[in-house]
Amino acid sequence: MSLISVKNAIRTYEMGDETFYALNDVSFEIEEGEFVAIMGASGSGKSTCMNMLGTLDKPTSGQYHLDGVDIFSLNNNQLSDIRNNKIGFVFQGFNLISRTSAIDNVCLPMIYKGIPEEERYKKAREALKIVGLDKKENNMPSQMSGGQQQRVAIARAIVNDAPLILADEPTGNLDTKTSIDVMEFFVNLNEKYGKTIVLVTHEPDIAQYTKRIIKFKDGKIVSDLPKNEWEKQRTRQT
Amino acid sequence: MIDFKSTLKIALNSLYVNKMRSALTSLGIIIGVAAVIIMLAIGSGANKQVQENMESMGSNLLTIRSATAKTGGVSMGAGTKPTLSIKDSEIIRKQARGVEVVAPLLSSSKQVMYGNQNWSTTVYGITTPYLYAKNYEINLGKSFTLDDDRNAAKVAIIGKTIETELFGDVNPIGKTLRIGNVPFKVVGTLVPKGQSGPMDQDDLIFIPLTTAQRKVFGTDFPGSVNQIIVKAKSIEDSNIAEKDIEEILRRTHNLGKTQEDDFKIRNSAEFQEKMKSTVQTFAILLASIASVSLVVGGIGIMNIMLVSVTERTKEIGIRMAIGARAEDIRTQFLIEALVLSLIGGLIGVIAGIIIALLIGKIFATAIVISIMPILLSFGFSGLVGIGFGYYPAYKASLLNPIDALRYE
Repeated sequence: MSLISVKNAIRTYEMGDETFYALNDVSFEIEEGEFVAIMGASGSGKSTCMNMLGTLDKPTSGQYHLDGVDIFSLNNNQLSDIRNNKIGFVFQGFNLISRTSAIDNVCLPMIYKGIPEEERYKKAREALKIVGLDKKENNMPSQMSGGQQQRVAIARAIVNDAPLILADEPTGNLDTKTSIDVMEFFVNLNEKYGKTIVLVTHEPDIAQYTKRIIKFKDGKIVSDLPKNEWEKQRTRQT
Repeated sequence: MIDFKSTLKIALNSLYVNKMRSALTSLGIIIGVAAVIIMLAIGSGANKQVQENMESMGSNLLTIRSATAKTGGVSMGAGTKPTLSIKDSEIIRKQARGVEVVAPLLSSSKQVMYGNQNWSTTVYGITTPYLYAKNYEINLGKSFTLDDDRNAAKVAIIGKTIETELFGDVNPIGKTLRIGNVPFKVVGTLVPKGQSGPMDQDDLIFIPLTTAQRKVFGTDFPGSVNQIIVKAKSIEDSNIAEKDIEEILRRTHNLGKTQEDDFKIRNSAEFQEKMKSTVQTFAILLASIASVSLVVGGIGIMNIMLVSVTERTKEIGIRMAIGARAEDIRTQFLIEALVLSLIGGLIGVIAGIIIALLIGKIFATAIVISIMPILLSFGFSGLVGIGFGYYPAYKASLLNPIDALRYE
């Protein structure tokens, strides 16, 4: 059984008289342990797709199964629990809570899971160690570089042992060198910890760290290739 | 679901992070609660003062006076027609229900002299029950004896004002003063009672009733008195006694059905009730003004919480994305509002007590601080927190996580 299974997803927005298809009959599957990049220009539907995968948005029609659960049949509280237990989010803007220390930021998902305080801090420290920030646990987000903040966000995404990590342009606000560092963390998480990672990006340089590239255009999937074939195609085009 | 302790920690942390704003928001509640406590302290202080004042005048009293004499249609004023007598007072004492003591008295304005000092005052011919009914207490010396009354002894008990005006620093006990031309020996002085309205309650002299009748106030009607003071056993009894006395006096005075009363009864209970309700109205007025400021404080909390929800939209989005349920968000904001108002309430209680005590000291007014208004206003501040915190909290919980995350 696939970790993610999307069938005939359609998401429309009414814009005046016109109906805009953000997702137009999209179907795909992602197995456990995959590392997938979703690519496309802005307005291609990749962000809508990401919101759907993150259970933050409901498509107009279609089906989405995550880890065997029919997501669209759940109520809001159940969706909150799914996000809490099954999904770790990494955002372009880091989205740490300001004026709250690194370790308290990492603790947040566990608070909502109801894990006791002592265990929370123990697990948060472990997660910070994985991303190499165990010495900075008491730093506020404002006292950290962008790369460090994104690593705190990654620690927060993995701390609840979620099988799926959704990263929305995680390197969009970082310089090249830091981007490479962060991407190497993702590769490490995928290979060493077996996390399934779905990453939205529009940069081919970032996409090449993944194993499979799904390309969106005008709300449709235009190509879905393993990395080596995608690279061949790319070199042919250029 | 999230545990309460963690929510409390999150709420406290976010209040701590915005120290200045939290302090200013609480200020509204602090002022409101303090105002309620101060106003209620002043209100109950006034109530207590009136009560004490009333007690000093004697409570549950019925004052019976002779009715107005009319000379050719011109009213001569209350008590000008001597219709009351010692006999009346005896019958009242024996027959009226609910009566504790009966004290007939004669009074008149007289010139009193000691040495080369003289003073115009009111002289009361009384029996000892009068002192009890009107709450007069002997300060120095002693009260009248039964013999004094029986023998029409020329002895006097004097009020504080007489003591100061006539005797100055001299101890008046045993000294002789003159009322008109009659010499009286001072046997006792009274504990001062102070002013009651414009009346100086200490500017008076008491002499035995028999002495007054025979030796001071030459009267055409032997045995007549100006007033009969009746002290009832309780407020309820004073109404029963009033009816009985009216009936008894009408009977003994042989008044026909169509004739008017030739006496007047004034019931102090009515006056007491009136005073009490006036003071109560005053206290309620003060408390309601103060409650308005408490409500305004609550609106302040709501205002800040609404701003806070907008300002922290992104934070709410993040929390929702990582698994906070709508109710977790609502609880967090509700607890923030509750903590603000309860801390404000606590500080307000302390500030209110201190300020009320200061006001009592500075303006020398009676202040009564009781536990009830403290609990009440503290509890009310909590309600204000929940009431005015709920809407912003509810609004926060309704945010769509996608929009909230995109919010800058």
